[in-house]
Amino acid sequence: MTYISKPNITHPKLPKNKLGMTAREYEGTVSTLCAGCGHDSITAAIIQAVFELDLEPHKLAKMSGIGCSSKTPAYFVSQSHGFNSVHGRMPSVTTGANAANRDLTYIGVSGDGDSLSIGMGQFAHVIRRNLDMCYIIENNGVYGLTKGQYSASADVGSTAKKGPANKQMPIDPVSTAIGLGATYIARSFSGDKQQLVPLIKGALTHKGFSLLDIISPCVTFNDHEGSTKSYAHTRQFYHHVIDADFVPPAEEIKAAYEEGSAMPVLLHDGSKIVFRKVDKDYDPTSRAAAFSYLRDSVNAGEIITGLLYIDEETGDMHDLSGSVDGPLSKIPYDELNPGQENLAKLMDRYR
Amino acid sequence: MSTINDVVIKIATVNGTGSASANGLLMKSIFRMGVPVVGKNFFPSNIQGLPTWYEVRVTRDGFQSRSNRVDVMVAMNAQTYSKDMDEVATGGWLIYDSTWPRSRLLDRKDITVLGIPLSKMCNEHFEGVRARILMKNIAYVGALAALLNIDLAVITQLLEETFASKKHLVASNLEAIRLGYDYAKEHFSCPLSNSVAPMDKTKDHVMIDGNTAAGLGCVYAGATVGAWYPITPSTSLMDAYKFFCKQYRMDKESGGKKFCIVQAEDELAAIGVVLGATWNGARAFTPTSGPGISLMNEFIGFAYFAEVPAVIFDVQRTGPSTGMPTRTQQCDFLLCAYASHGDTKHVLLFPANPEECFYMSVTAFDLADSLQTPVMVLTDLDIGMNDWMCPDLKWDENYQPDKGKVLTAEDLDSVERFERYLDVDGDGIPYRTLPGDHPKGSYFTRGSGHNKYGMYTEDSAEYKEVVDRLLVKWETARNMVPVPEIEYSKFNNTAILSVGSCDGAVKEALVELKEKNIGLNYCRVKSFPFNDDVKNFIDKHERVYVIEQNRDAQLRSLLILDAEADSKKLVSMLHYDGMPINAEFVVEKVEEEVAKGRAA
Repeated sequence: MTYISKPNITHPKLPKNKLGMTAREYEGTVSTLCAGCGHDSITAAIIQAVFELDLEPHKLAKMSGIGCSSKTPAYFVSQSHGFNSVHGRMPSVTTGANAANRDLTYIGVSGDGDSLSIGMGQFAHVIRRNLDMCYIIENNGVYGLTKGQYSASADVGSTAKKGPANKQMPIDPVSTAIGLGATYIARSFSGDKQQLVPLIKGALTHKGFSLLDIISPCVTFNDHEGSTKSYAHTRQFYHHVIDADFVPPAEEIKAAYEEGSAMPVLLHDGSKIVFRKVDKDYDPTSRAAAFSYLRDSVNAGEIITGLLYIDEETGDMHDLSGSVDGPLSKIPYDELNPGQENLAKLMDRYR
Repeated sequence: MSTINDVVIKIATVNGTGSASANGLLMKSIFRMGVPVVGKNFFPSNIQGLPTWYEVRVTRDGFQSRSNRVDVMVAMNAQTYSKDMDEVATGGWLIYDSTWPRSRLLDRKDITVLGIPLSKMCNEHFEGVRARILMKNIAYVGALAALLNIDLAVITQLLEETFASKKHLVASNLEAIRLGYDYAKEHFSCPLSNSVAPMDKTKDHVMIDGNTAAGLGCVYAGATVGAWYPITPSTSLMDAYKFFCKQYRMDKESGGKKFCIVQAEDELAAIGVVLGATWNGARAFTPTSGPGISLMNEFIGFAYFAEVPAVIFDVQRTGPSTGMPTRTQQCDFLLCAYASHGDTKHVLLFPANPEECFYMSVTAFDLADSLQTPVMVLTDLDIGMNDWMCPDLKWDENYQPDKGKVLTAEDLDSVERFERYLDVDGDGIPYRTLPGDHPKGSYFTRGSGHNKYGMYTEDSAEYKEVVDRLLVKWETARNMVPVPEIEYSKFNNTAILSVGSCDGAVKEALVELKEKNIGLNYCRVKSFPFNDDVKNFIDKHERVYVIEQNRDAQLRSLLILDAEADSKKLVSMLHYDGMPINAEFVVEKVEEEVAKGRAA
């Protein structure tokens, strides 16, 4: 088997979005990952999110590196362009793609190996550029395709399937991203689609760099007792610190929120993120507060989830660089060519 | 006997003392007198303190390479004084700063030593340490003007243009010029027997370096995305691109930039940025040098296999490893030709001078887009960072970029189904689409095994079909790349085959060899893969001297591998000490070979 495309049969009563498309039409080829893999749940959440956002599939670009996670762009939105690049280098390719055409929506899918080991440098620098993209880390603490070595996100004390406990400090993508200046930072769990879908919608809509660190257990190599990235461990220790509802542009906030617990933030395109806070003192617009809350939770052995930080003010790469509006790749050549007259004048500089 | 317009002046100074502008002034003054010049900067990998040299060759014949001779040495660096003095040709001159006494040991009877108290004069006339150091440089230009008969009016004019916005600097610089000039006039017999006189040979010519010309070429080619990681000697290419973009690419209404430059975290990212941008339809490039190419290897292989265009400039420097970053070589031919793991080969272009850097950068974008593959432009430090005399660059107003086989939205409207890697036209080049243009255009770009539809595969036959088609494309490329420059006479059965910046030295050597009754044909390759002209040229000769600037005869290897040249015919002449090749080297090597042939 090399690849299997799904039969395009849909139930006539399936709900359609504003483009007249069903969620099924946002699917990709059949996944070749292990049965029960957390990544497949994330794929399903992505499909749901882009369906609900009414995204035109061909305006979405799916970017990835190498690893189990990086295979998944083939499994959603077949009608989108995909770029499965080299290991740990998806951020640079996405930077170039966005530099050329800022009008597309970019979703990058990476893993803990792809982002935190071989691609740590590119991960850090794409954040610094505040590239307008949604960056998903499907975080399982192990290398799946090479059969179960620890990754850089493995917790101290977490045990491998066959072998001793990990002793090296883990790299936490969320704290790293807060430190490096990411402007939309969330953590979630592959088994919590309800939380995941609005977070992905917000990330795709946010103008700037959005990080979603999603705990996504590896059923084959890291789902045993003693692993801190197993389904059981994650379910036991994670909790929602702050949930986010995504409200599309021109829609009213309808849900009733408890006094003092809801906080709407306006996104660039007019849509809103409404924070529902479990802890009323938590301020998701303060980088320092988010960071210290996160440190405390790590010390307490808790996995806090939700939209942990947002900054809608900082400009993206093009704003920082001062680019014209619209895709550079679509500027007609006549506007790019200085012409012979200018060249003739320029020559005098070199005499 | 006096010699006119055939003199080599070398100036030895300390890095960071501001001598570059003085040396530029000297060279440009002579150029403006209508006399062809060659300027070579030999500088250290250092910001301040290490020795540095600048060589100005005045050449009435308009030769392009450096000479191996020094007629006038300006020895401003005590640290290198003795070595510098040794370099002066018999009958030549040595100018030194006589403010301080000179050891009697540092003397030569066969040259004329001219002492000028440059520091003393400048200390008396200028205030402040920095000004005194800078003006000392300008003062030796003044002395050279008197000794070589350089027109003071031309120097004055140049200073007025240079300091148009800082008038007070014109006066002080002119004062320094006069200090040197008057001292030389008063104390020595001026001009020397080797001097300069006006000619009319530089009209419609410029003095420009290859990096500037290539950066300008990128602007004219319509490149909108540039990604890079700074590395000597390629840095000034991106500096130039940025400079010209700021001049020509700012949107008049919004003030926005019609270009995007990404200073990446490393070369791995720089090439990644390029691939993302070209995948999305922009023209994008990255300038680098050998170490950068080493880092880019993985992505270059990806671009070859996934068929993504890219333009890469490799301004070669001396390797291996860090090597000598400020010295020149042509040592990346093999690295670039077969960059990355697996079966890969890449289109290379070899400009010989800054003029070709300009035009070939445009060719590189056209080839990359039409072949959907990386194209590497291999220049070197000598071309990239030295000012060369070139004919004025000209732009063909009818030029339109060749974006290759890109299906537009209208095209896609009318097709049943788009398949990414089908060889529809039989030339090995498939059609591509750009993300965002049309719902039917989507496909998956991957470096993993794929079939002709772009789908993942581990099927042997499907895999082979794709990599075999890439060979068809390679043959198409062979007929699209620039043809070699050939000088041929049927009376010669021996030839020189060379590449890139060797050209000037070879052409000068051919003139000298002809005077010695050694007639040789000449072929300068401009690209890889080699087109049939190269193969035919080799076939027509009994012996071919392959001249290149690396230790391992890399061009010769490529000729054997790609043009299936008869290895017994190819005699290597290799210049790889880090200095630019000169005609004397070529003449000597050829004469040795000729002598061997006679003895045999």
